Amino acid sequence: MTFDLDRAWRVDPRVSMRPEPFGALLYHFGTRRLSFLKNQTVLAVVRSLADHPSARAACLASGVAEAELPAYARALAALADSNMITERIPA
Amino acid sequence: MTVAPDMAVAPDTGGKAPAPGKLTDLFQLGLDAPICLTWELTYACNLSCVHCLSSSGRRDPRELTTAECKSVIDTLERMQVFYVNIGGGEPTVRPDFWELVDYATAHHVGVKFSTNGVRLDAAAAARLAASDYVDVQISLDGATREVNDAVRGPGSFDTAMRAMGNLRDAGFRGFKLSVVMTRQNIPQIEEFKAIAEEYGAQLRLTRLRPSGRGADVWDELHPLPAQQKQLYDWLVGHGEQVLTGDSFFHLSAFGGALPGLNLCGAGRVVCLIDPVGDVYACPFAIHENFLAGNVRETGGFEGVWKTSSLFNDLRKPDTGGACKSCGFYDSCRGGCMAAKFFTGLPLDGPDPECVQGYGEAALASVSASAGLPVPRPSVDHSHRTSPSRPRASVPVTIARRRPPAHDCDESPLAGFEAPSPDGASGGCCR
Repeated sequence: MTFDLDRAWRVDPRVSMRPEPFGALLYHFGTRRLSFLKNQTVLAVVRSLADHPSARAACLASGVAEAELPAYARALAALADSNMITERIPA
Repeated sequence: MTVAPDMAVAPDTGGKAPAPGKLTDLFQLGLDAPICLTWELTYACNLSCVHCLSSSGRRDPRELTTAECKSVIDTLERMQVFYVNIGGGEPTVRPDFWELVDYATAHHVGVKFSTNGVRLDAAAAARLAASDYVDVQISLDGATREVNDAVRGPGSFDTAMRAMGNLRDAGFRGFKLSVVMTRQNIPQIEEFKAIAEEYGAQLRLTRLRPSGRGADVWDELHPLPAQQKQLYDWLVGHGEQVLTGDSFFHLSAFGGALPGLNLCGAGRVVCLIDPVGDVYACPFAIHENFLAGNVRETGGFEGVWKTSSLFNDLRKPDTGGACKSCGFYDSCRGGCMAAKFFTGLPLDGPDPECVQGYGEAALASVSASAGLPVPRPSVDHSHRTSPSRPRASVPVTIARRRPPAHDCDESPLAGFEAPSPDGASGGCCR
């Protein structure tokens, strides 16, 4: 699926996130599935999704360069596919 | 643990921290807290399964108290352990079982517990169906009463089916039907799938290991080489719908990797807390060689996980040992540590069920060297009515690792041989 960087997202409330040296582990209590964030930047992006009007804004605020956005969109798409993150109504 | 196929979520560019390509590389050096923590709450059990990995039966008088268990849960919450796999023994026979489940979920520690179903009546099923944070695994090792009860004991098939019926009737969807794959039940794999579908359960298949009483029956129960291939092909075909506890990574040397984590997680992402608080590297390694510490020590479980010298050793990169020159080492990583240990094989060599055949050769050389006793589990809580086992103080029996089954053998499996679809013979494990 294509991921809409310009929409507002958040981490599902049933997801628990645990920082690890390589990034973080995510566990969804509803689906009982595990996911991984393999670096600190993507962790910062995911953590701040709810604080920004769009995923794009969260990426840029975490130091992601424009050229890197497609790679981060792919990572976020995978998280959305597994319901780790969900769309929210912007504040 | 079943690690979903979506686990590898990361941009392949950017990032200040290194972004290693493979999960095995990420996990090889260990984690700040386990992902897959098994906690055997009691050695007490109403059954005496012949292959019990923890040699359970009788309650240990030193069992952790309710207060001590809650203190462990507090630690797990602090360490952000997402969930614990509770087992035993039969965990539900502890009088404080539900109290501990409620305490764990109230403290953000999810619970998945394994049970033979003995206490899963309609009321318990309704209570479980109401929670997102509790999952259940019903153990069944035969798709028919005959095959199951030969391993798990008379009445155990009916108990499990009754429990699954209660869960279904309570509306609990997606509980787990957990099967240890054996020579006798691999031909029933489609029947297990049908049972799971009938009850709205998810099938979970795991590997038989020569751990606990499993060492006594491994020769008769472990899948034959042709069955391992059959199982591998089936898992490749059904991988997305079937859980495996990541326990079949040794089969990856048949070809492509199976879904999940293809790495021994002992001490890295996995460990065991036993009923008396002892922490072992993995649930299949209840032996003093793999004992890392006890939760009753000053540092508690967190101290053991983070500072145990045994765990730190296990987190060093694998060298590959005798397997290093094998072209399949990257797939199977040498297989299961516990399976090697309890069959007397060196830990840095092939798995006894190595699908390339190196395990059989290694086992033959162990059998030939009669002076080297195969390690026995350090802890045994078997019911005293169970068939007795060779003791370490009787050297004559030690050397005879694999007594042949005779008709007069006490083992309930004596003479039992379920039909094999291809009539293949040979020897390998679960």
